[in-house]
Order: sequence, then structure tokens, then C-alpha cells
Amino acid sequence: MAKGGALQSAWPLHTGVLDPQGPIGAAERTILLNATAIMLAVIVPVIVLTLVFAWWFRSGNRRAHYLPDWSYSGRIELVTWSIPALVIMFLGGIAWISAHDLDPPVPIRSAVTPVDIEVVSLDWKWLFIYPDQALAGVNRLVVPAGTPIRFRLTSATVMNSFFVPQLGSQIYTMPRMTTRLNLQADRPGTYHGLSAQFSGDGFSDMRFDVVALAPDAFKEWVTATRASGGRLDATRYGQLAQPGTLATPATFGSVAPQLFEAVVMGDATTTGPSSGESSPHSGN
Amino acid sequence: MLGKLSWAAVPLDQPIPMAASVLVVVGIMATLALVTAKGWWPYLWREWITSVDHKHIGVMYVLLGLVMLVRGFIDAIMMRSQLAIAAGGAQGYLPPEHYDQIFSAHGTIMIFFVAMPFVIGLMNVVLPLQLGIRDVAFPVLNSVSLWLTAAGVLLVNLSLVVGEFARTGWLAYPPLSELAYSPGVGVDYYLWALQISGVGSLLTGINFTTTILKMRAPGMGYGQMPIFCWTALASSLLIIAAFPILTGTFAMLLLDRYLGFHFFTNDLGGNAMMYVNLIWAWGHPEVYILILPAFGVFSEVIATFSGKPIFGYRSMVIATMAICVLSFMVWLHHFFTMGAGADVNAVFGIMTMIIAVPTGVKVFNWLFTLYGGRIRFNVPIYWALGFMVTFVIGGMTGVLMAVPPADFVLHNSLFLVAHFHNVIIGGVLFGAFAGYTYWFPKAFGFTLDERLGKAVFWCWFIGFYLAFMPLYALGLMGATRRMQHYADPGWQPLMLVALVGAIVILAGLVLTILQLVISIRTRERRRDLTGDPWNGRTLEWSTSSPPPPWNFARLPQVEGIDAYWEMKQKRKESTAASTEGQLQAIWVPKSSAIGFVTAFFAVVMGFALIWHIWWMAVAGLVGIVLGALVHAWRAEDEVEIPVETLAALERARPGAGAAA
Repeated sequence: MAKGGALQSAWPLHTGVLDPQGPIGAAERTILLNATAIMLAVIVPVIVLTLVFAWWFRSGNRRAHYLPDWSYSGRIELVTWSIPALVIMFLGGIAWISAHDLDPPVPIRSAVTPVDIEVVSLDWKWLFIYPDQALAGVNRLVVPAGTPIRFRLTSATVMNSFFVPQLGSQIYTMPRMTTRLNLQADRPGTYHGLSAQFSGDGFSDMRFDVVALAPDAFKEWVTATRASGGRLDATRYGQLAQPGTLATPATFGSVAPQLFEAVVMGDATTTGPSSGESSPHSGN
Repeated sequence: MLGKLSWAAVPLDQPIPMAASVLVVVGIMATLALVTAKGWWPYLWREWITSVDHKHIGVMYVLLGLVMLVRGFIDAIMMRSQLAIAAGGAQGYLPPEHYDQIFSAHGTIMIFFVAMPFVIGLMNVVLPLQLGIRDVAFPVLNSVSLWLTAAGVLLVNLSLVVGEFARTGWLAYPPLSELAYSPGVGVDYYLWALQISGVGSLLTGINFTTTILKMRAPGMGYGQMPIFCWTALASSLLIIAAFPILTGTFAMLLLDRYLGFHFFTNDLGGNAMMYVNLIWAWGHPEVYILILPAFGVFSEVIATFSGKPIFGYRSMVIATMAICVLSFMVWLHHFFTMGAGADVNAVFGIMTMIIAVPTGVKVFNWLFTLYGGRIRFNVPIYWALGFMVTFVIGGMTGVLMAVPPADFVLHNSLFLVAHFHNVIIGGVLFGAFAGYTYWFPKAFGFTLDERLGKAVFWCWFIGFYLAFMPLYALGLMGATRRMQHYADPGWQPLMLVALVGAIVILAGLVLTILQLVISIRTRERRRDLTGDPWNGRTLEWSTSSPPPPWNFARLPQVEGIDAYWEMKQKRKESTAASTEGQLQAIWVPKSSAIGFVTAFFAVVMGFALIWHIWWMAVAGLVGIVLGALVHAWRAEDEVEIPVETLAALERARPGAGAAA
């Protein structure tokens, strides 16, 4: 990001999609810039010609040629249909190929074994479950850098969209449905994450930090978190699912097995003692 | 007795909503008092409220659109000022539960109660005149459409005073809009207001389609229809095809909310994604319902002020109808990010891009209409040129987001917000203002002030760029829509620029009102006695301004595109007396109160359903049905205009016989 440096002081683009920190985001930035450049090649001449024609053919300009009946030219029409058609054929090719390459469920090719993370959107917080490490965190997503992350996502309430601009693709979280997403942070660092689909009064506070750690540091974090205790069982989950925002991120050293599946099935709180009113859809 | 309604519904404890409601109530009361004091009621009732004249109905639609533009804009400037201050730890002055209502109301009002009435109003005023006919196919139905739209407007504004509006965004995605997450009356206000006005829109679509297909002037084949009529046809066909989807979707959500159904709930097999599919199966055609007539306005304006026929008429027609069909095949691009899969996303992405081809052709055709012209720089051409320059940028960002992976990072961002304002302000609104200035003299017989008109244009043009270019940048920085506050203080400078843009647009809005007031006060100086102030090309300019209730004493004979232009050329060539046919008595439809009455009972019914006052809902429904029955058994529905009246009016008109 050589040219990014000068911009960073004036415009905080370094938080956004033009400063990607992983392969998915980088590929999407390339598409963004290429497609824009291709279209600008047509748009800019059109804007210039509009202004030039309007100025030159103003009624006061006696040097301009008035063609009061000119309304058809087969050749020009051929060109006016061809230019947009060619541009769109080209962009359509980009769309087809990139939609397949960058489809959210497509795994990232890497020699490193991916890490699985399950994401649940709650009113109004993010729950991250690490099924293999059997731990969980709220509003703070810790991942190993340079490692593909395989996400499975759902919502315990209304729709949200899981989005980390600097890592690339967002995906919706929807109740009773599972979506999949693959992302990777190339380097250690902290990246902002958010919900990109309005979900109610606490929506603006559904922000989280993605903390990418070096693989060794990640292992240490896993060990430390498991040692720190706290168990996310049905009861605790039921409390967490209550509408409200969370001031500081939290972690759980252990998690009830199959919690994510239970959320998708809509019965994550029914086995716990404090179910009942805790979730708006606990009726079944 | 009164269902859920109680004094708690009036926001006495919240200063901002309370002040707004007081303002609305005082405004309405003052208007009513003025009308009563001046004794204008009989005139208003006779000439406007019960009028079935398409020109009067069109004017009322446009007025409705302008008034609601002010309301929608107040929402906009509240949002912009909130975001200009709510940076870092700051929460701004609007709490989420209020802010969420504001952005929901802003979107709902601007699309349904500003853009729609404005566009439908212009079609109403112009369509029969351009087609060279005396009225629309169903004049009374036209009045019903207008008043049902007004009923929706009334309910939306009532939510300000009694209760609350939806806090769900302008499309009310479930499950957020379901009872479990939105137990209040806000979503019900939204649903019933749009159900009622939606019926009005559907009736308009049927009315205009019938009019265009069955009622053109003698000699006007499809190949001689002005481009605006073609775009109105495309728009009306889309209304017929799309609005029933909206009504059906809302009906299902209403069943969920009122009768415990499970179409879109989280439980018992409900599927919220189905709502999202359905709402966009209406929603995407809807943007073309709005933009196509605007394209039509620009086609008329550019041809007229260039002094040339539109370039590539056939291409224009093909492009219009292609857009009409394609607009139904792209809805999924509104939710690429729901994980439909690569094949589905790619197909819908490419379909979306294909729409850019006919749209691009249109832009080129306007460009070549300017070429070789003798362009007069009146206000309408400013809007048209501003549109061409601005719209292509919005088109570009739209095609960009049609590439699924680009959308994965731009979906729901402020980049998206900038994009659709770019096409709706730069396209629909510029088109509405172009049409408003262009056809105002036709509707009222005097022109609008040019200098103020240009000032209005520059305010909107500059204000738009100031307000929305920063949002493109903010979207790329990761700012999402509908946030009430944000953490990154680095976004604040651009948010402030956007606020300045909104203030410039505010100046444009104030100048619009000023232009109207000053033009009315100086109307004697700016009278247009010719009926043709712009040296027009199409038939609406061949009759007097304002036209008589029957538009044309003799129906014009059409011999080509730009029918009136050709008549004028012929008249110049031959000095021989025009071969005018005999005048014949004309039957015009009688005024009818049924539109107003239906809408009155629709408001009663809607309000009652919102507040669960069941007896009142039944009373409203009974009122609607009874009104319809009484109307169906009316004794006579037309009045005759005798030949002598027509002849006297023809003689009195300066440049009489010009229409023949």
C-alpha cells in the first residue's frame, strides 16, 4: 500500500475495503478497481461530450451547424448499441468468474489447516463459538493470522450481516438458517467488524474487533481462555440472548456441545432452566 | 371500545416528536382555517376535490408530492445532522428508537409519497394531451387513485402525532417487522398506509395502460407515440405486474401480525427470506416505474429545447421496453449477500448489467439529440443536462455492485446509499423537476420564474454532489447504513460535508417554494397565450394553456412522430385555410365525490385496524362498499358541452385554429 500512506492522514481509508488485509478482501478490491476503471473509460467521455455538445450547439453559437431534421443514423446506432454491449460482455465475464471464485462458501486454498468458527448474532451482540477448541467469545473475534477461517453463521433473533470490511465478503446471519463464509487475515492486527444489516435499536453497537494473532500467540490465547473458566451452557446462553448491548467483550472457557446446532434449530434455551421468556421465539 | 388507543399514544413526553406533531397539526388547522375564512370550500370541492379532470388530478398529485418532499427532507436533514455529531463516543440528539423511525419514514415517504405521486401526477397532466385525447380511460377511477394515495399520506403523517412509525427500515424485513420484534403500531401504520395507497397505484397503472393502448388520437399508431407516452406505458405495465406482489406480500405479513400466521416468522416453518424475495420482486421494478417516466421527460425536454426530433426513436422505444421486461429479472441482486450460491448470484449479476445496455443506448441517443441542435437554455434543459452528467455516475456504481464480489463488500454500505440517491435524485427527482417546469405553463397558463428556477437547479445539483459523494467514500471506508452513531471519528469530516450538502439542498427546496409563490404573484406578466411557450413538438402544445376540460375541441389528426411540430411546419408552408372539421358536441364526465368518500372511509378503516378498533374498521369497510354501490347506481355520469360553447371558446382563443 504505497499510495495508501499519503491518503491515510487525510481520509481514514485504512479502515475500509480499499485497504484489505486478507486474500478475499484483496481479490475484491482488485475487482472493484478494475470494473470502475473499465466503466470510467466510457463514462468520462460521455460526461465530457454532454457538456461539449450542450455548449457548442447552444442557440447563440452561429458557427454550430443546425440539423433540425437529423434523427437517425444506422452507423451511429450500431455503435451506441455496441459500446455498452461490449463493456457489459466484458464485465459479465468478470462477474461470472469472480462470483464463482469468491463465493463465500468456497474454501481458501492454503497449506495451513483451517480453523472453524461458528457465529451467532444476538440482540445486539455477536457470539463466536470455537467448536474444536470448545470455547466461545462475545463481541471479540480472535483468529490466527495466515490461517483460513471457516465460518458457519446463524442468527438467534432477526437478520444481521457479518462484515469485516478489511477482510472482505460479508454474509447475512438468518434465524433457522446457516450461511457459510471463508476469510483469512494475512497479518496480525486488529480489524473492525460490524453488522451491516439493520437489526433494531442496539444495531449501531453491534461492533466487534477481529484480533488476528500469530499462530503461536493464538494457541496461547486458547490455553489462557480455557483456563480462565466460565461455561456457556443453556442457562448462560439464555441470559446472553436477552435484548441489550454488552459494554465489554467476554469469553467462555467451555461451551455446551452442539450449541450452534441448537440455535439453528431454535431450541438453544429450552433445555436450560431459565428458558421461558428469555427468547422471543421460545414458543415451540 | 378504542382498542389499543389511549392517551399514551400521543408523544407528550418526547420533545422532538411532540414539536413535530404540533407543527403538523397547527399547519393543517391553519390551512383549513384559511380556506374556511376565504370561503374557498365550494370552489375547492367543485373544481378540485371532486374533479375527475386528469389535469386537475395530476396537479393535485404533484402538489402532494411536493408537500411530502418537504416532510421527507426534514427527516433527511435530521439524519444528516445526527450523523454529523454522533462520532466517537457521542450519541447525537436522536435516540435509536426515534432515529430508526426517521430513516424508515424517510425511505417510505420519498419513494411512495414523493416520487410516485410526482411521476404519476406528471403522467396524469400530460398523457391524454400528448395522445391527443379528451381524458383517461376511467376518469372517476383516476380520482379514486388520487384520494387513496392521499389516504396513505394521511395515515403516515398521523403516525407522527398518534403512536409511532415503523422502526424497521423502509422495506420492513421480517423477522424484525414481525410481532415478536416490533410489537408496536409502527409497522401497522406502515403496512396499512401502503396497502391503501398501493391500491391507488394499481388502479392508476390499469387506467393508464388502457388509455394508451385503446385511446390514441386518430392516426397515432404505436410508432407515432411520443417517447414520454412509451415510458408511461412501460411504467404502467410494471405497476400492473408489480404492485399485486407488494399487496400480497404485505397481506401475508399482516396475517402474521394480526392472525398469528407464520409466513415469515422464525417459528413453525416461517421463512423470512421469502419476504425478501417477494418484496424485491416488487421493489426492483418499482425503481423502473419511477425512472422510466423520468427518462420520458428528458426525451421530450432534450428534443424540444434542441429544436430537433429525438435521435433514434426506434432504439429509444426498444430500449424502454427492454428495460421494462428486464427489470423483472434482477431482483436477487438486492441480496447477493444471503448466500444464494455462485450460479444464482452470477446469473442475476449479469442480468442486472444487461439493463445497462438499453440504458446506455438511451444516454447516447440523448447525446446525439443534442448534437446538431440549437439548444435554448431554459430551466428544463438544465435539469436534463444535470441528469445526464449525474446519472451516468450512479449507473456506473450500480453496475459495479452488480458484480457479486464487489457487492459483498459494498452491500448495505453508505456507498449503496450514495448509489441509489445518485440515481433517484439524479434521475427521478431531476426528471420530476424538469417535467414540473416544462409542463407548468401547460397546466396553469403561465411560466415559472426562470432565474429562480436556475437557482433551484444549482442548489440541488451542487447540494447533491456535496451530500452524496462523501457517502461513496465513507462506504468504502466501511461505514454502513442505518447506524445511529459510529466509533471512528475519522468519518466525521465527510459527514459534515454531507450535512453541508443537505443544507444546500434545503436552500433549493426553499427556493422552489419561493419560485412558485413569486411566479403566481407575477402571473399576469408571465402569461402564455399561445399554449406553446417552448416551441414544442408534441400535441399537448397544440391546445390552449390551461386546456379546456375536454382538452381538444377537435381531435387532432396525427401524421407522424412530433405531430404538432409537423402541423406547424405544414402551416408555414401553405397559406391555404386549414381544413377544420365541424365542431361536434362533447360529453365530459361529471365530477364525482366517490374518490374522496372512498378515501375517507379507507382512512377510517386503516386507522381502526392499526389500533385494533374493530367496530370502526367494520364501519369503514361498510362505508367503502356503500359508497361504491351508490356510485354504481348513479343516474347520469356525463354532461354535454354544446357546440355553441365550444365555438365561442375557440373564437376567444388567441391563434384560434392552431390545433387543427
